[in-house]
Amino acid sequence: MKKFVAKRVALSVVILFCVTFIIYTLMRCLPGSFVENMAMQLSQAPDAKPFEEWLAQLNETYGMDKGIIPGYFVWLSDAIRGDFGESWKYTVPVIQKFNDVIWLSFVMGGISFVLQLLIAIPLGVIASTKQYSRLDYGITAGALIGISLPTFFFATLLKLLFSVKLGWFDLYGLVGRDYAQLDAMGQFLDKAHHLVLPIATLVIVSVGSLMRYTRTNMLEVLNSDYIRTARAKGLSEKKVIYHHAFRNTLIPLVTIIGGSLPSLFAGALITETLYSIPGIGYTSYQAMIAGDIPFSMFYLTFMAVLTLAGNLISDILYAVVDPRVRIA
Amino acid sequence: MSNNKNIKSPVDLAQERPMRVQDVPGKTAAHHAENRMEDGGSNKGSQHQEFSLNDDRRVKVLSPGALVAKRFFRNRLAVLGMIMLIVMFVFSFIGGMISPYGEDEQFYTYTYMDKEYAGVVQNDEVRFTVADGKEFGTLLQAKLKLAMTKKETSFTEKNVKYEVTTHGDDFYSVTADGEPLAVASKDIITSAGEELPYEVKYGALTANAEEKDSFEVDGKKYKIDEEGSILDGDTIVGSIGRFIVQPAQAGTKISNEFKEAVQEAINNGAEEFVLKDEEGNENTYTITYKADSDTYSVIQETKTYVYDRYANPSKAHWLGTDTNGMDMLTRLMYGGRVSLVIGFIVVFLSCSIGVVLGGVSGYFGGWIDNLIMRIVDIFYCIPSMPLVIILGAAMDAMRVDPQIRMLYLMLILGFLGWPSIARLVRGQILSLREQEFMTATEACGISIHRRIFKHLIPNVIPQLIVMCTMSLGSTIITEATLSFLGLGVKFPFASWGNIINDVNNAYVMTHYWFIWIPAGICLLITVLGFNFVGDGLRDAFDPKMKR
Repeated sequence: MKKFVAKRVALSVVILFCVTFIIYTLMRCLPGSFVENMAMQLSQAPDAKPFEEWLAQLNETYGMDKGIIPGYFVWLSDAIRGDFGESWKYTVPVIQKFNDVIWLSFVMGGISFVLQLLIAIPLGVIASTKQYSRLDYGITAGALIGISLPTFFFATLLKLLFSVKLGWFDLYGLVGRDYAQLDAMGQFLDKAHHLVLPIATLVIVSVGSLMRYTRTNMLEVLNSDYIRTARAKGLSEKKVIYHHAFRNTLIPLVTIIGGSLPSLFAGALITETLYSIPGIGYTSYQAMIAGDIPFSMFYLTFMAVLTLAGNLISDILYAVVDPRVRIA
Repeated sequence: MSNNKNIKSPVDLAQERPMRVQDVPGKTAAHHAENRMEDGGSNKGSQHQEFSLNDDRRVKVLSPGALVAKRFFRNRLAVLGMIMLIVMFVFSFIGGMISPYGEDEQFYTYTYMDKEYAGVVQNDEVRFTVADGKEFGTLLQAKLKLAMTKKETSFTEKNVKYEVTTHGDDFYSVTADGEPLAVASKDIITSAGEELPYEVKYGALTANAEEKDSFEVDGKKYKIDEEGSILDGDTIVGSIGRFIVQPAQAGTKISNEFKEAVQEAINNGAEEFVLKDEEGNENTYTITYKADSDTYSVIQETKTYVYDRYANPSKAHWLGTDTNGMDMLTRLMYGGRVSLVIGFIVVFLSCSIGVVLGGVSGYFGGWIDNLIMRIVDIFYCIPSMPLVIILGAAMDAMRVDPQIRMLYLMLILGFLGWPSIARLVRGQILSLREQEFMTATEACGISIHRRIFKHLIPNVIPQLIVMCTMSLGSTIITEATLSFLGLGVKFPFASWGNIINDVNNAYVMTHYWFIWIPAGICLLITVLGFNFVGDGLRDAFDPKMKR
């Protein structure tokens, strides 16, 4: 087991190295519009140096004057020490900006994740126990509709209904107009109030796949021999389903849930952008649109790390939870 | 590895051989009908024949394809999904041909706009008109005003004596050492063409103050008509009046006719007047009086030819028009075409790369497999959405042509989508290659290329079809999301995503539902259709799910 984990971690590091290199190369190949814009602005000031000189100076400051490969290793050695440079757009160190915004995304992701589990697992189990019933069709269709709903359209519908027609929520932002005047409790409630729609969007759009996964797995378990045995023993249907079958469904569920833990930090790029919630997703979107290379590099690396961590956790959990697949 | 957890045992896979299904009593509708016929007597008895048990005709032969189709059509959701897809395809591909309008055909309409044309102020300050070649500075003006209020007839400034003559109400003239210097009056003289000489102005003002309708200057006779026009013979050389008419917009030339008409209307207390412009069009002007600033403003109702923006649904435009005055329904049709075509091309691209690499990887195993799978791992790790956003923003900065941009978008999405397909193909092939039929192909000496692509890949097709159907849906969503963010398909091309983009304007979101809700529904129906069909196909291909 230890050897397996060590091997996987080592492999992940190699993959991460390659991924960051590819991303770095790509970023460097893009036109440095941000730097050029900045040089253009600076060179237009009275008595300023010409554009080319500014460009060269800025490129040097940002480490863009080196070739791609030396540049990558400079970036990498800084990154390993936790220094991702200074964000061009936000003009603060990338890590500082990241620390400012990540927790909001994590809270949002965490709440919607818990809600998803609470909705998806019971509904998935019910659907599978009543396979081909009207309820099952309803739940399956509902799950598929959730999967098929484009986030931006659904979010707009929610906004139209709840913000414009009913006026229950604000259209954008995390805090209301009078946030500064509120006491601590009021500020907390204000934020919570602004997070309702984004979280609802997140939950509804992503609950479907977990629901389907639960249903498929539960169906597989219900068709297995030990369930037949349990029924043959004369156990009540309730006990068969919630005691014998459900526990076995948990194996793949735990794996997939464990695997998606890192993605709680990933932030919902589209949802946050739509509601202008200043989490990691929205912040990175703004940075990426502005061509902010240090922040984009950091965000892409961060996402790659999360993906790798997720895969690693789910593989390890799979081996932990299910003794049958334990790898020596 | 997590990627081959879901391999189905090879037995489950639909084989190429036709399968024979015993027509067991009570199992198919056909048999029920047969039974009923038997019970119900013999009016059709001649058609009914008894077959011996091992007669081939007693056995219904179904190919695996037919079996799959049978299972597929039994799934109500799948059939619904298929209907939805057919409707959307017809809508997008045939609708565009039927629609009388083009993809980017713009529509125009006339609107009437009230534009402020001119402002009219009644002059209540004395204005000075200075004789040609003389100077009458601010200091003198102040002295004159003082003299006027004190009703003095002269004042002195710098040893020069100025004589003030009162000609009438609010009309004074000043002479310095007997020479005419300036006049001060509340009436204003505006020259029609060339600036009128001082003498003429003086004469006109005098005549006006004395309420005469003509005056003579240098032996030339000028007339003043009742509207205040100064006539030299029959030509209008200027006008006199107490109103100052200023154009509301710089650059507009106010004609004398207009001034006269305004003055007349104001004097008569009329609120409206009609005037022909140079091209002979009749324009209606409305006069409103603003009490706070004591001014009149003249509002012209103009007919303007504009884009028919955000027109409500009507007979001509069933779903109204969009922000550029294009027919919404037609845009939707073309948008569907773009979205579907992009979806298909992207999936085709990622499928071909995935199948080739997955097939090679699974068949050869060993270091080739290892290498390809590590590449897959790397690609799997690259966060695609952020990457596409960055590339989209870069293309914005480079001002890539919309058509080429669409091509790049397809290439990027296709290139980012292949790893999952490669994993699926490889997993299946790993188990398939150990089967007897593969030994047989080897024994027959079939080339490796043929072995992979003629014997292994066809066995993966069912899973591949399911996966492609599902990823068609998600690709369409990705493309729509990008277009919504303004980073995907760009104007003038329509796409469901960039149609919905209009809601970024909150006014459009709240007031023009017909702009974005139909596009969203089209998108939802299409993606849902793909998902329903994919789900149904998965169940149909998987014999374990047999009911």
